[in-house]
Amino acid sequence: MSDLYQDALIAQAKAATRAGRLEAADATLTRDNPLCGDRVTLDIRMKESRIADLAHRVRGCLLCEAAASAIGANAVGKTSADIEAADQAVRALLENGQKGPDLWPALEAFAPVRDYASRHGCVLLPFETLRELLAHRGETKP
Amino acid sequence: MSFDLQAIRAQFPILSRRIGGRPLRYLDNAATAQVPGFVLDALSRFETTSRANVLRGVHRLAEEATTAYAAARQAVARYLGVASGEIVFTSSTTGAINLVAYSFGALLQAGDEVVISELDHHSNIVPWQMLRDRRGIALKVLPVRDDGTLDLSRLDEIVTRKCRLIAVTHVSNVTGAVTDLVPLRAAAAAAGARILLDGAQRVPHGPVDVPALGVDFYAFSGHKMFAPHGIGVLWARKSLLEEMPPFLGGGEMIRTVTMERTTYAAPPHKFEAGTPPIAQAIGLGAAVEWLLKLDWSAISEHELRLAQRVLDGLPSRARVIGPTGLQQRMPVISFDIPGVHPHDICQLLDGDGVALRGGHHCAQPLMERFGLAGTTRASLALYSGEDDIDALLGGLDRAVRRLAP
Repeated sequence: MSDLYQDALIAQAKAATRAGRLEAADATLTRDNPLCGDRVTLDIRMKESRIADLAHRVRGCLLCEAAASAIGANAVGKTSADIEAADQAVRALLENGQKGPDLWPALEAFAPVRDYASRHGCVLLPFETLRELLAHRGETKP
Repeated sequence: MSFDLQAIRAQFPILSRRIGGRPLRYLDNAATAQVPGFVLDALSRFETTSRANVLRGVHRLAEEATTAYAAARQAVARYLGVASGEIVFTSSTTGAINLVAYSFGALLQAGDEVVISELDHHSNIVPWQMLRDRRGIALKVLPVRDDGTLDLSRLDEIVTRKCRLIAVTHVSNVTGAVTDLVPLRAAAAAAGARILLDGAQRVPHGPVDVPALGVDFYAFSGHKMFAPHGIGVLWARKSLLEEMPPFLGGGEMIRTVTMERTTYAAPPHKFEAGTPPIAQAIGLGAAVEWLLKLDWSAISEHELRLAQRVLDGLPSRARVIGPTGLQQRMPVISFDIPGVHPHDICQLLDGDGVALRGGHHCAQPLMERFGLAGTTRASLALYSGEDDIDALLGGLDRAVRRLAP
């Protein structure tokens, strides 16, 4: 069977950290992956320039769930610049296996996805949704 | 005649490939079927000995290319039981349906109606939405029953006298359901409407008696019936092709061109602007000539026996999205396993060498109908064997144990 589905990745998906909806969200965004129809909805609440809380709903595969869960576990307290850096770090991991300083430890579980180009979008969809959500609400880098 | 599975499989070089050390178990035939060696040989032979453009040159190579291209058209016509002059080569099923939507669509007026269905592939939905936006026609939609077949119970209400065309699938690429044409024909006749069938999932499972279907347009792709990519077919009655304006303009489709005006060639050439996919058409012809020689009674029995094994052997928590029996279905089987995403299933089974398809299958309205983002689909072909099904069912059990909540 595929080496993609390591225990750590499955555990991260099943942990579903901050899965659900956020009461009194400042902003909400839903994005689809046109290739497979997967869908991510993110709610965020901001305090000044930082994410005060967030919640996610995922109608998607285990990789997408695990990425959303990693965001749920790591994004609170971060700024747009921090999220941008984390997004770039996970892209670098998927594209060339690079584990840079901005890569959240939880994202290292995605290293095996590098060899499966058709699945990169599954990991990136929650990040793209969060980046767009932050940009959409006019958040600026500190 | 009889059916020798091993002899059939031996014709397909790719079936001896190993994936990660395991034999390839190819069950994604509804997306693209594999190509036999003799089709590859026909392509290679044409490109290495007779490559030339068709219908215009008089040198030896052009003569050979034109003859081979015409022979391919005749072979396809025999497969459908129609006249070769009614066979238009296109790029694909999508190309064929877009041709009808543009060309037949140009004959429609604002307020005319086209009936489509929830069961269809995007290629038989989007061109009609584009026509609606271009011409001001109205689209009406046939719903789908819980068993994945078209719901024809409200035909009288949906197909009105304003209806000019019913465009639906012959066999669903998701549920495998075969459309019941009897009520559709009656409704179309009562309304004076035409019928277009998307035959892409029907033609890989044996010759089609198109005149007996009683439809007006029939569209399909070569690559799902053991031929190359890039070649498709539109069949339509000659009178209809004559009535319809050209689709694309350019070389090959004209009679005379002046700087003021152009007159057009007779069908089918009127609809084949530009240099056609010649080698691909010749490859399709080779595939069809072979398919015409096979014992389809035995092959159908074989395909459906394997389909029954899949239906019976799916994990107990799986829900089949389509008919659960073999009546009016082809060996295209979609299912949902609650809590386990289709892409995760497909990825895990890829590790066993099993090629499946997961996702919305270019049928998002149908997924919406069933409240799903996607399904997992196993689609069989004449070369599928018991070992393929063993690998599928064993892999599914392991995947569910690994991933189920």
